[in-house]
Amino acid sequence: MAVEMTPVSGVKSPSGSRADGLKFVKPWFTGNFFTALIGGAIGYAFGHWLGNAIASGYTVTINSGYNDVATYLSLLFGIVGWFVGLGALNYPIQKLLGLEPLEPAKSEKRTFWEHWTYSTDHKVVGVQYLFGMLLYFLVAGLLALGIRTELLSPTYHIWAPETYIEIVGEHGTMMMMMMTSVVMGPFGNFLIPLMIGSKKMAFPRLEAVSFWFTVPSFLILLSALWQGGFQSGWTGYAPLSIQGGPGQSDYDVAFMLMAFSMILASINMTATIINYRAPGMRWSRMPILAWGLITTAFTMLLSVPVLIDGLYVMGLDRAVRTAMLYAGHGGSSFLWENLFWFFGHPEVYLLALPGFALTTELLPVFARKPIFAYKTSAAGMIGVATLSFFVWQHHLFMSGMNPDMRPLFMLTTELISIPTGFLYLVAMGTLWKGKIRLEVPMLFLLAVFWNFLWGGVTGVYNSDVPVDALVHGSFFVMAHFHFTIMGQLMFAVFAGVYYYVPLLFGVKMNDKLGKISFWIIFISFNSTFLPLFMIGLLGQPRRVFEYAVRLQHLNQWVTVSAYVLGFGILLYVINLVWSLAVTRTPSEPNPWESQGLEWQVGYPVPKDNFEKIPVVLRSPYYYGYENPGPIADLDPSAERVAVVSGGDE
Amino acid sequence: MAISQQELAERKADNRRRGWQIFAIWLVLTVITDYLVWFVWGPHMPPGTMTTTAAAQQFDFKFLTAMVVPVLFMVWVYGGYVLVNFRAKPGDRGDGIVLTGNRKIQGIWYVASTVMVLFLAGFGTFELIANNGIGTGGGPSPIWTPSAKSPLVIQVIAQQWRFTYRWPQFGGMETTSLDLPTNTTVKFDVTSLDVIHDFWAYQLGVKADANPGVNNVAYTTTTSQVGRFTVRCDELCGIWHGAMYNYGHVVTRSAFYNWAHQMQVQNAGVTKLLPPFSLTYTPSYSGAGGGYYPSYDPNGSTQTY
Repeated sequence: MAVEMTPVSGVKSPSGSRADGLKFVKPWFTGNFFTALIGGAIGYAFGHWLGNAIASGYTVTINSGYNDVATYLSLLFGIVGWFVGLGALNYPIQKLLGLEPLEPAKSEKRTFWEHWTYSTDHKVVGVQYLFGMLLYFLVAGLLALGIRTELLSPTYHIWAPETYIEIVGEHGTMMMMMMTSVVMGPFGNFLIPLMIGSKKMAFPRLEAVSFWFTVPSFLILLSALWQGGFQSGWTGYAPLSIQGGPGQSDYDVAFMLMAFSMILASINMTATIINYRAPGMRWSRMPILAWGLITTAFTMLLSVPVLIDGLYVMGLDRAVRTAMLYAGHGGSSFLWENLFWFFGHPEVYLLALPGFALTTELLPVFARKPIFAYKTSAAGMIGVATLSFFVWQHHLFMSGMNPDMRPLFMLTTELISIPTGFLYLVAMGTLWKGKIRLEVPMLFLLAVFWNFLWGGVTGVYNSDVPVDALVHGSFFVMAHFHFTIMGQLMFAVFAGVYYYVPLLFGVKMNDKLGKISFWIIFISFNSTFLPLFMIGLLGQPRRVFEYAVRLQHLNQWVTVSAYVLGFGILLYVINLVWSLAVTRTPSEPNPWESQGLEWQVGYPVPKDNFEKIPVVLRSPYYYGYENPGPIADLDPSAERVAVVSGGDE
Repeated sequence: MAISQQELAERKADNRRRGWQIFAIWLVLTVITDYLVWFVWGPHMPPGTMTTTAAAQQFDFKFLTAMVVPVLFMVWVYGGYVLVNFRAKPGDRGDGIVLTGNRKIQGIWYVASTVMVLFLAGFGTFELIANNGIGTGGGPSPIWTPSAKSPLVIQVIAQQWRFTYRWPQFGGMETTSLDLPTNTTVKFDVTSLDVIHDFWAYQLGVKADANPGVNNVAYTTTTSQVGRFTVRCDELCGIWHGAMYNYGHVVTRSAFYNWAHQMQVQNAGVTKLLPPFSLTYTPSYSGAGGGYYPSYDPNGSTQTY
């Protein structure tokens, strides 16, 4: 190897470069969340002024009193201001000026304040993501309760129709946008370097920026509520989305920011997993979570740019009156449907995959057995990710677009149940003759399989065109994807958070409260969403505030269950916050007796994770072996590194 | 790790015994439940049997449910069995057996799931074609059409936020409700004036997106059943999407012709002012005005109302 690229030598500031004539500078300004808000506000005001100055009176809707050019420019300049205020541009600008910025000294233990700044420590970013995602999830969940409250009665009574549709769109968009990163963000950033034996993520600045994109994205999306919202739902079908007011532009920009976040995070994830694995961390020994995240990252990299394309076109149609997304001047409303779903369908799998990866990762710890059919598990995830690019037209079975190709898309969609089934095979095999420990995370993991089974089999109904003719666009579909996404992904996240809190914060959550919250969440989740299948079959379309009177009792049942579900989740969050802020019961170093490499470093995780790059000796799933030996040599001698990392040096 | 031949043989025998236990429980539950699904729930499944396409959808739903029941019970019975039998005793911190795969079981699983999936895709395709698109929108010129020579043609015009129906065979009259005769093949030409809607006649088993400027054709054939059906918009189309529904009736042929001719006479004064029947309608050129065919629309080929 000509260039020394192994991370074995660690990451140091270039101490020898003083001789090159570089001038070292201390940062005169380090930004944080609050200065970022100020910067964002200044940028917003400037953009608004600029937009009105260059394009006043240039509006989509005559006499509407607002100018979409100004809306878009204000948001774009607001973002620039946000990152300037955050201090994200300090480093690149200093480099451009030929200065060598001095990094502030890293403290041994993560401080509270660090989490409010533009930090490039993967552990800080992981925790930032964790609480960010939790916040986004809770806000969007609260909006769901707003929807259910409206549906207590068959006609509108709490919200006006326009408010109702705002809430529906806001809930859907926030969940679908943000939850793409609910595993890759917190667990990916915090755990992947620890799991593969690296001192850091490949691109620390991308990792920081990927998180700090989510915050303005969330704020902008939320701000739509005060600007009339958007009536197009999360799917944003044109020409409806071209009709919308400023809230629709918020949707457009917020979604695009989140898309950038996803792309940057996945570039970072793929680069890290491919290049930063410790010696001996072969592909065949890699934790299944890393497999899940690398397939997810590849899927994101290939699908999210298409979304950006679509959003860009929507922005042009809205702001400068091009006509690409509606019939009349050569455009077509089908274009958006295609662009959106070409992203949208891989997207729902990149919500599902990390959930499955996390589930499969934790299952052996509680079954006390090696993963059954490890390769099948990885193959299943790759298979799902690959097939996910060939199914998008099943969202358009009723659209009249390419009607003759429906058998093909029916086939590709149903083929996905084969690799998805692999994940059940793996789980069922792993549980066979284990010593199953029914601790709180395990309860959530088992619930994942219960919930996803409903989501999976009802997916077959949706993919089958003749049956889809009945269920398409109804509450049946809505219940289906809540079982697959919330019932699977979010349950896996609940398990993961509970499981990893001892590693992240050195404390453990309250077991009794954990069990109570699990049973409330599990039962009320099923009691909320199972009846929705029936409601859909009986003819209630999605996103309506009026429904047949005969469906009122079922809807009321669902609403009450949803309240209980909300209470259960609140209980879980209270348990988390209470354990972190009040009780702080210290945890044993490895409370679940996991063999994973991430548990070997102890709490608090040292600032560089590992003193030396470890040499990995075996797979992390040697449960049941008489003498498994250590998973890795944490203090390898130089010869050993050379031997294990292959003979090419 | 090393276990003796005898232990291995014992483990195999034990696996086989437990396997048969699981299989027996699964078989009994599956047979009973499938019987109930097919014969007890089946005849009452949505969307009913008011038309041939609705009946076909009902059959397909029933068929899929019968296929799904064994899968559900496979996971449930296995999961329940495993949790009851292999749960760690309190205080037992030991590990389970070492088992990293089983070629035979994995092979069976791969083959069985593939066969099942291919069968389902084939079945779905057959049902789609055999039922002439099974009431779904088949685009402007569907390739699977019913053999009936002259179906009753109804143009469904969706707009924010209502459906109107146009009857080219009755002088191009327009109605706000939909009456259909029994035992008749009906052709719906679905289109929209503004944004994307979806025409979902629940009991008729018809569902087709209404795209602006595009014709989307769906077929169904009514049976001798008379009664009311609901039409709902099934694609989010804006603020009042939730209130975009109306009702129609399937009535006897004589009642239908009475109604239709009466409506035709009633409409006669207006029909002569309406443009000739057109398969597509162009919305206002910005797509946003919400008005009817403004005269300044440079693309407008149709006249204003």
